[in-house]
Amino acid sequence: MTLLSLNQVTKNFGAIHALLGVDLEINAGEAVGLMGDNGAGKSTLMKIIAGNFPPSSGNMHLDGEDVHFTKPMDAREKGIEIVYQDLALCDNLTAAANVFLGRELHRRIGPIKYLDHEAMNERAAELFAELKSETRPRDLVRQMSGGQRQAVAIARTRLSEPKLVLMDEPTAAISVRQVAEVLDLIHRLKEANHAVVLVSHRMPDVFSVCDRVAVLRRGSKVADRPIGDTSPEEITGLIIGAIETA
Amino acid sequence: MTNSKETSHADIDESISAKQEMSGLQAITRSQPFWVAMAILVMAAVMSQVSDVFMTERNMFNITRNFAFFGIMALGMSAVIVTAGIDLSVGSLMGLTGVVTGLVMQQGYSIGLGFAACMGTAAIVGFINGWLIAYLRMAPFVVTLGMLAIARSIGMVISNNKMIYEFGPDQDLFEWIGGESVVGVPNPVWVMMILTVVFWWVYRYTTWGRWVFAVGGNQNAAKMAGIPVEQVIVSVYVLCSLCAGLAAFLLVGWFGSVTNALGVTYELNVIAATVIGGANLMGGVAYAFGAPIGAALMELIRNSLLLAGIDALWQQFFVGLFLILAVLLEQIRNREKS
Repeated sequence: MTLLSLNQVTKNFGAIHALLGVDLEINAGEAVGLMGDNGAGKSTLMKIIAGNFPPSSGNMHLDGEDVHFTKPMDAREKGIEIVYQDLALCDNLTAAANVFLGRELHRRIGPIKYLDHEAMNERAAELFAELKSETRPRDLVRQMSGGQRQAVAIARTRLSEPKLVLMDEPTAAISVRQVAEVLDLIHRLKEANHAVVLVSHRMPDVFSVCDRVAVLRRGSKVADRPIGDTSPEEITGLIIGAIETA
Repeated sequence: MTNSKETSHADIDESISAKQEMSGLQAITRSQPFWVAMAILVMAAVMSQVSDVFMTERNMFNITRNFAFFGIMALGMSAVIVTAGIDLSVGSLMGLTGVVTGLVMQQGYSIGLGFAACMGTAAIVGFINGWLIAYLRMAPFVVTLGMLAIARSIGMVISNNKMIYEFGPDQDLFEWIGGESVVGVPNPVWVMMILTVVFWWVYRYTTWGRWVFAVGGNQNAAKMAGIPVEQVIVSVYVLCSLCAGLAAFLLVGWFGSVTNALGVTYELNVIAATVIGGANLMGGVAYAFGAPIGAALMELIRNSLLLAGIDALWQQFFVGLFLILAVLLEQIRNREKS
């Protein structure tokens, strides 16, 4: 079943054409790898889906419904969550505080409303356990490893049971051991029936977790193949332009 | 495959339970206010040996009252510093709000109106500071440095450079609030203690408190999490100004007079107290209890030098020394952590 479909999405920044009529479909529970060289338009496409800015032309359908996002909160309300490349965490707060940032849980005694630390810590601990991550809710993010920070950022997205999780280069700046940890996290998201769009430069990552791979080159989609029908060599050729289209 | 995975998860569980989470007590002993409080106790122990006067009720009364005004202002400053901001205008604002209070009450208006005028003036100044910083994205240092000059100047203009010592029909009540005590504790000290507990609770248990710390930790992340970052920033400057206004109201009541020179250079002492109390000028870290503790340490230095017969001109030297030591200590601990 098609969860999200983009039709002829175009984005211009002044005279620069970042995206030229891109079509893309994402099905529920599917992981799609989005690949392309620097400047191919991957980030622009992600930002349009996440609601950072609207497309210049073209439209988006989510669950068959026409959607227009003007700010990230619009997309989030419709069930699209994004994990930013820099993770967007507050180092000075605990893991649980980061998971619930902007969506804090409260308790009430009469007219006085106060933060329910216990409930937030418990729920965060559950989310970390589901992700099988050794992250403790009360620890400060400052003291965490790259993999743990990634788990916090991903647990954030799980909070609202989103339909689609966008991940922008989640394995770019972390150690090899932590990459395996993050790929495990993506597997868990799929198991929980969340669709995932993974933007990555790392071929092995895409081939180990994604069901399908789409390649962008200079603002156009040049390939959209099931992982089983393609190879890293072919994708590399498509990215650099040695192979025109597939 | 499942077998090896299960063992690895068992390992993980084990390593998690092996690393015990920090207990509340540990968290306290690792915080800067705790160590500053220890320093205060040590100094007090030494001083009580050196000087017969130190431990007297009279001296304790004076010390606590003297630092209460700084403590109140430092609480407000801590909220600003958490957001990686700074407010240099609090000293001048004391002068302005003190003069405003004096002028209103001198005209024969009630103390209620005097207080409202005082806090209203403070709120307006804080709002202007916060608005320029949050919405026009100007540097807090520059905006509040400008306000330092502007507020002082307005204070001079409206007071016509004259001292005000008549406060109308409510003069006695006004002077009682700032200058007297309840069950042996000076009123400003009560105000500071209550405010400290309120700040502690607000920092820990309210959404606003959580958001202030989030803005200080990572403004971008806060923004993307849907936190109204601009409003939070405006609110901390208003709060800081209100604390300065409240301190001025109490201080003028205690002095029984006000000139436009009230609070000159107080901003430096307030910022020093906040930083000594564990606030990090880079943002994201501050303690409600740190503000009065930092202010207490500074007053204790002053009092100790006085009682030890050392020239009072040395006071600023030691305040500066402790400030630098506090920041150095913080840096060393951060290096150990990372």
